[in-house]
Amino acid sequence: MSSPPVGYLAAPDQPWNVQHYLDGKVGYVLGLLWQHLWLSVLPVVIGLIIALPIGYAAKRFKWTYTPLVTISGLLYTIPSLALFVVIPSVIGTQILDPINVVIPLTIYTIALMVRVIADGLRSVDETVLQAASAMGYSRFQRLLKVELPIAIPVIGAGLRVAVVANVGMVAVAAVIGVPQLGTLFSYGKDLFYYAPIVVGLVLSVALAFALDLLIVLAVRALTPWRKAVAAR
Amino acid sequence: MINDLWSYISVADHWWGPNGIMARLDEHLRYSAIAVGISLVLAIPLGLVVGHTGRGTAVVTFIANAFRALPAVGLLIFLVVLISPQFTGRSEARYLIPTTIVLVLLSIPSILANTVEGVRNVDPEARDAARGMGMTGSQVLFKVELPCALPLIFSGVRSAVLQVIATATIAAYISLGGLGRLIIDGLSSREYPKVITGAVAVAVLAIVLDVLIALIQRYTVSRGVSGRFSRKGATATTAPRKDDAIEADAEVLAV
Repeated sequence: MSSPPVGYLAAPDQPWNVQHYLDGKVGYVLGLLWQHLWLSVLPVVIGLIIALPIGYAAKRFKWTYTPLVTISGLLYTIPSLALFVVIPSVIGTQILDPINVVIPLTIYTIALMVRVIADGLRSVDETVLQAASAMGYSRFQRLLKVELPIAIPVIGAGLRVAVVANVGMVAVAAVIGVPQLGTLFSYGKDLFYYAPIVVGLVLSVALAFALDLLIVLAVRALTPWRKAVAAR
Repeated sequence: MINDLWSYISVADHWWGPNGIMARLDEHLRYSAIAVGISLVLAIPLGLVVGHTGRGTAVVTFIANAFRALPAVGLLIFLVVLISPQFTGRSEARYLIPTTIVLVLLSIPSILANTVEGVRNVDPEARDAARGMGMTGSQVLFKVELPCALPLIFSGVRSAVLQVIATATIAAYISLGGLGRLIIDGLSSREYPKVITGAVAVAVLAIVLDVLIALIQRYTVSRGVSGRFSRKGATATTAPRKDDAIEADAEVLAV
C-alpha cells in the first residue's frame, strides 16, 4: 500500500462534526479567537485616539472639513487585501507580521471616525457652548467636559460600525497567513472540512456582537443623563 | 514600491496576455457587475415597497445589521466548499455560483437598508402635499419619495459596489479569476511586483468606480434635493443639506 504524497491532507470522515473537530483543539481555537480579538480592537483604540484631534480640527477650522472628509472617504474605498499586502513594502515589515493587519485597520478606523467625530462635535447646540463659556470654561475644558460628552452617542455609533467591520476584515488576513479565526476558513477550504469553517463563522459573529454590545453598554454608562431624560 | 509597480507594468505581456491585467480586470468587472445587477433588481423594488408601506422595516434593519457581522471571507469559503462539489468537471460555474451568491448577499443589505431609510426619511409634509394634490400611492412613491430618497439610495449602492469589488478580490483565493489572482499568485510565487500591481489595480478600480457613481448621482439627483444651485441663487444655497447628515450614518463597509 503506497503512502500518500508529502503535503497531502486526507479529507475528514465526518466533515460536519464540530465536536469531533474541536476534540483536543479548544485551546488552539481560543488562541485564534484571542488573536482575532486584539487584531480587531487595537486598531479601533489607536484609530480613535488619532481621529479625535483630526475630527476636532475639521470642526474647529471649517475650511479643513471638506478636504479631511474627502481624503478619509477615499482611504475607505481601498480594499483591505490590497492594503494588507502593500504595507510590508512601504514600512519594511515581514509579510506575516500582525502589524500589517493593524495598520490598515487603523487607517480604516481613522477614515470612518474623522467624519463621525466632526459631525458629532458639530451637532452640539450653539447655546450650550455659549452657556459653558459664560460659566468660565476655557476652550479646552469646554471640549473635554461639554462637547465630547454630548457627542458620545454619535461617536459610539461610529465605533460600533468600525469595530464590527474590523472583525470581518481581520478574517481577510487569513489570505496572507496571519493567524486568527480566518485561519480556520483557509484550513477548512483546503480540506473541504465544514466544521472549522462553521466554528470560525460562529465565533467571529459572536465576537462582533459582543464588541458591539460592549460599546452600546459603554455609551449608556457614559451618558447617564440620557436615561434620566428618557425616564421623565 | 513604485519601482516594483513599474517593473511589472512596464512589460507589455503583463497587460495583454490571457493572464494579463486587462483579462483580470475584465473578469473582476464581470463578477462584480453580475452581483451588483442582481442586488439592484432585488433590493431597490423591495426597499421602495417596505419604505413606502412601512411594513417590515424592523426585519430589514435586523437583517442588515446581522449581515454586517458576517465575515465575507468565511461566508465565501463556506459556500464554495458546500456548493462546488455538486458540480463535476472543470467548469468555472462551480466557483462562480457560490461567489455570486456571496456577493449578492453582501451587497443587498446596504442597498436595501438605505432605500428603506431614504423613503422613510422623506419629509412627511412633502408626502402629505403630494397626496393633497391628488396623487395616487404609486405616484407619490415614484414622483416624490423616490427622487427624494435618491441620495441615500446612491450612497447605499456606492458602499455595496465597494464591498463587492473588495470581496471579488478574495474570489481569487477560491480559484476564481479577477484582479485578486495577481495578488494570490504573486504571493505564492514570491513575485512581489505582481502583488503590488494587483493591490494598486484593485484600489484604483474601487476609487474610479466610486467617482463614476458619484458623477451619475450628481446628474440624476434633482437639484431641489441635493441643494446644488449656482452661487447666484443665494436663497437656496443657505438651506442646510439634509442628506449630508444622513449620509454620515449610512454604513460604509470595506472588506
